[in-house]
Amino acid sequence: MEILSMGGYGAYVWTAYGLTFGVLVLCAVQARRRHRRIVRDIRIRLKAAESGK
Amino acid sequence: MWTFLHKLASPPHFYALAARLIPWLAGAGAIAILYGTFAGLFLAPPDYQQGDAFRIIYVHVPAAYLSLLAYVIMAVAAGIGLVWRMKLAHAVAASAAPLGAWFTFLALLTGSIWGRPMWGTWWEWGDPRLTSELVLLFLYFGYMALRSAIDDTARADRASAVLALVGLVNVPVIHFSVEWWASIHQGPTLVRAGGPAISTEMLWPLLAMIAGFALVFGALLLGRVRGEVLVRERRARWVRRLMYPEVETP
Amino acid sequence: MSAADPRLPALLPGFLAVVRRDLLLGWRRPGDVLNPLFFYVIVATLFPFALGPDAARLALIGPGVLWVAALLATLLSLNSLYLADHEDGSLEQLLTSAQPLPLLALAKAVAHWLLGGLPLVIVSPVAAYAYGLPAGTIRVLLATLALGTASLSLLGSIGAALTVGLNRASALLGLLVLPLAIPLLIFGARTVALAAAGDAAGAGLYFLGAYCTLALALAPFAAAAALKVAAE
Repeated sequence: MEILSMGGYGAYVWTAYGLTFGVLVLCAVQARRRHRRIVRDIRIRLKAAESGK
Repeated sequence: MWTFLHKLASPPHFYALAARLIPWLAGAGAIAILYGTFAGLFLAPPDYQQGDAFRIIYVHVPAAYLSLLAYVIMAVAAGIGLVWRMKLAHAVAASAAPLGAWFTFLALLTGSIWGRPMWGTWWEWGDPRLTSELVLLFLYFGYMALRSAIDDTARADRASAVLALVGLVNVPVIHFSVEWWASIHQGPTLVRAGGPAISTEMLWPLLAMIAGFALVFGALLLGRVRGEVLVRERRARWVRRLMYPEVETP
Repeated sequence: MSAADPRLPALLPGFLAVVRRDLLLGWRRPGDVLNPLFFYVIVATLFPFALGPDAARLALIGPGVLWVAALLATLLSLNSLYLADHEDGSLEQLLTSAQPLPLLALAKAVAHWLLGGLPLVIVSPVAAYAYGLPAGTIRVLLATLALGTASLSLLGSIGAALTVGLNRASALLGLLVLPLAIPLLIFGARTVALAAAGDAAGAGLYFLGAYCTLALALAPFAAAAALKVAAE
């Protein structure tokens, strides 16, 4: 398949694209997780402060 | 107009506004990247010198441009925070750093992968552009290391701001390195006197990818800044109201 | 030109006072000066020990090794640039002085070079001889090291100011200073290598001179800003 082989440079081209999209997706996933964690931590702290009063 | 900017600098307003912007930025970015990737891989004709290997340009160049743009944004935001003492500006700088580092890493990695078949080597010590881009990565690391080494947020903000501004000299060096010194890296393709040195069919996917990366970067950046703002303002009333809207704060 | 405004502090006496004080402190605490110097000499001798006495190979790696050793030794001495001042309160004095802070930061960097960089340059011919570098090359080595260590003192004073008083400041200092020192290293070592091969050293020396000039003009202001941040 010409698409996969990319004129013989397939390994290089697809690795480059794969790594790039991989990193972009990783950043997005990590961003969501981080945000969720921050919100959760703040909620816990606030609850503790409220019940501590 | 000034009221708008003033409101923007207020964390709760920024937090809400960013939340509305992120989906649009991410969506537009995704579309641009999808078009750019498809066109770059399948529609653009193969290069007469490099064959299909040149298609790496569609991920390498956007990553490289973004690595520089992120640093400039980081340094400018840090400078604004330093001079005008805006906490939000510092939050932007702190958020831009890890993203910029990732793009720099990608630029170096994809560049190396492209270099292997083209120049016959994975790396060339002493090449001015490769070296200065590597220095950029180290500058990002230094910035993040300094931030994490200082416990006091205000001092961390201001110290890293000074560092970011000092490192700004590296950005023009990276861009002009291929003109100032002998380099195996090709000269500027887009930003040069006389206009872009690339055919239109090859140019459009590239522009789309650059725009797409920038939009996605914007979305990621705003996302991180929102998180940063929450952490910095966690004791503020607006955060409490956000987390527990049902609770009536006295 | 009319007489200088008597309300403004004269610049030169303040500058010289800081330089003189640091030189005096260096004289009283010779360890601060000698340790980096010994470190330089020892590192320079490590490579012949490790790689064996092959003269051709030593001459080949000599410029690079000597330059890296100089870089590391300078990093070592940069750690203590503001440390003593921070500990005994003289940093506060510098910050509240009527003299412009960039001027005083420049004075600190100059004193640092006199105590750190200059001895390195003076000792280098011995190390260079150990690597079998020819006499003409040694001259170029001295020139590059003089400009390079001066630039490092200036650049490093920024890093030292940013990290003053932090734990693990020494490790962090390296990470902050080394990225921008890489061009110095490249041009410094390569110029000496070119000279050894018989090529002209002019271009490299021009670059190092330009870097040093830029550092001279900008570093004091950055260091002053960093000191103000550290003091808050």
